[in-house]
Amino acid sequence: MNLVTPDTGLLFWMVVIFGLVFFLLWKFGFPIITEMVDKRNATIKKSLEDAHEIEARMAGMVEEHARMLDETRREQAAILREASETKNRILADAKAQARDEAGKILAEARTQIAAEKEAALSDIRKEVALLSVSIAEKILRKDLSTDEAQREYLEKMVDETTQTGVHS
Amino acid sequence: MMLAWLISLLLLAAPSPAQQGQEETVDVAEIIFEHIGDDYEWHLWTWGDRHVKLHLPVIVHSSTGWHVFSSRHLAHGESYEGLRIDPEKGKIVEVDSGKRPFDISITKNVLSLMMSSLLLLVVILLTARWYRKHDVLDEAPTGIAALMEPLVMMVHDMARENIGEADYRKYSPFLCMAFLFILLNNFLGIMPFFPGGANLTGNIAITLVLALCTFFTVNLTGTKHYYKEIFNPDVPVFLKPIMPIIEVFSALMKPVSLTIRLFANMLAGHIMILCMVCIIFIMAKYGAVLTGSMTVVSVLFGIFLDALECLVAFIQAYVFTMLSSIYIGLARAHGEE
Repeated sequence: MNLVTPDTGLLFWMVVIFGLVFFLLWKFGFPIITEMVDKRNATIKKSLEDAHEIEARMAGMVEEHARMLDETRREQAAILREASETKNRILADAKAQARDEAGKILAEARTQIAAEKEAALSDIRKEVALLSVSIAEKILRKDLSTDEAQREYLEKMVDETTQTGVHS
Repeated sequence: MMLAWLISLLLLAAPSPAQQGQEETVDVAEIIFEHIGDDYEWHLWTWGDRHVKLHLPVIVHSSTGWHVFSSRHLAHGESYEGLRIDPEKGKIVEVDSGKRPFDISITKNVLSLMMSSLLLLVVILLTARWYRKHDVLDEAPTGIAALMEPLVMMVHDMARENIGEADYRKYSPFLCMAFLFILLNNFLGIMPFFPGGANLTGNIAITLVLALCTFFTVNLTGTKHYYKEIFNPDVPVFLKPIMPIIEVFSALMKPVSLTIRLFANMLAGHIMILCMVCIIFIMAKYGAVLTGSMTVVSVLFGIFLDALECLVAFIQAYVFTMLSSIYIGLARAHGEE
């Protein structure tokens, strides 16, 4: 029976000591520990969430990066292609222009040559005429050295002139 | 190794009690009750014929006023200042009238209570000091903080689960205190030598106070909803007069069940271990072979029971705390409306 009857003295001491220790630990013990650990847990939770968010953002950035790289590469290719096209066009243009120019110069040269030739020919013709006149003179002078010959010739000239006058 | 050593020791020692111990029988009940009960002195050990004891102070208020003296004066049934220890009850009574005075002596259990409470206080305050001195966001707990944090946080989380996010913080210190107090004293009770060895959590006065703390916490901080559930629950009209009686009885039985559960579990564990140890001494007079073999058996069972008790020590502290938190959680319930 002794065992199941609570003893007054022990009850008294238990109430006093348990109460005192509980009061002290309630004021200075447990709340400090639990608050600190809760604080740490909250921080860890937040850090984890942040990490996940950053990870997601990083994945997005990597994708973005890849996309940008791809785009840049495409752009680069386009620019290169365009540049080569421009080069070809410029070359072709230059060639065409050069050809045109050359043709023009050639044509000009040709006309000039033709003109020169014409001039030269007319000079030659003039010269030839003069030459033939002088030759004719020389011939005439030799042929008309006698009176006979002069009269004959005159007659002939008159004939010829009349003939041509009749004719005309 | 240990077993072989124990057996050989007992085999060597066996003849001597057999020679002189014919009339001297082992009183198992006395040994057990001496160990699980309370006492005015703390028997530390026996060295040959010398009993090394701690005589604890007696503080009583009898019909002749206050008396404070060492229990040395009351040893061997002697009377001192009109007081003596009643051999049947084992408590101090007045010599003349045989009545129990108001007795708040520092008994074995009280001393053990003081030491364990001081230990608990120091340990928790040191832990709290660690948290105050260190930045928890930068450092992991070390030393005593690392040891105590899981226990404290286990109870703290239990409180959150059972009481609810709204006001579990108010109750968590009490639950932590109850859990650590029971756990510490359970383990000290299993320890067979000095600082431990007192059967504190197997004493009904201790468990009663703990359970009453829970009872008052539950019923003094109960919500309107809780009291409505007790006195005016939503039941058919013919049940209305019966329900309050059942509910009040159930509320009163909760601390009783808490008291008895912890008390009986710890007491039973101590008695079982003591019985196992006593088997060795009972068998001592039946000759070497029987003693030796029974020693092996009882040592094996003793180890098993000690391990079991360590488990029970934790489980009982856990169960007490969990039930307390559930009762508080029920009393903090708010209706659906």
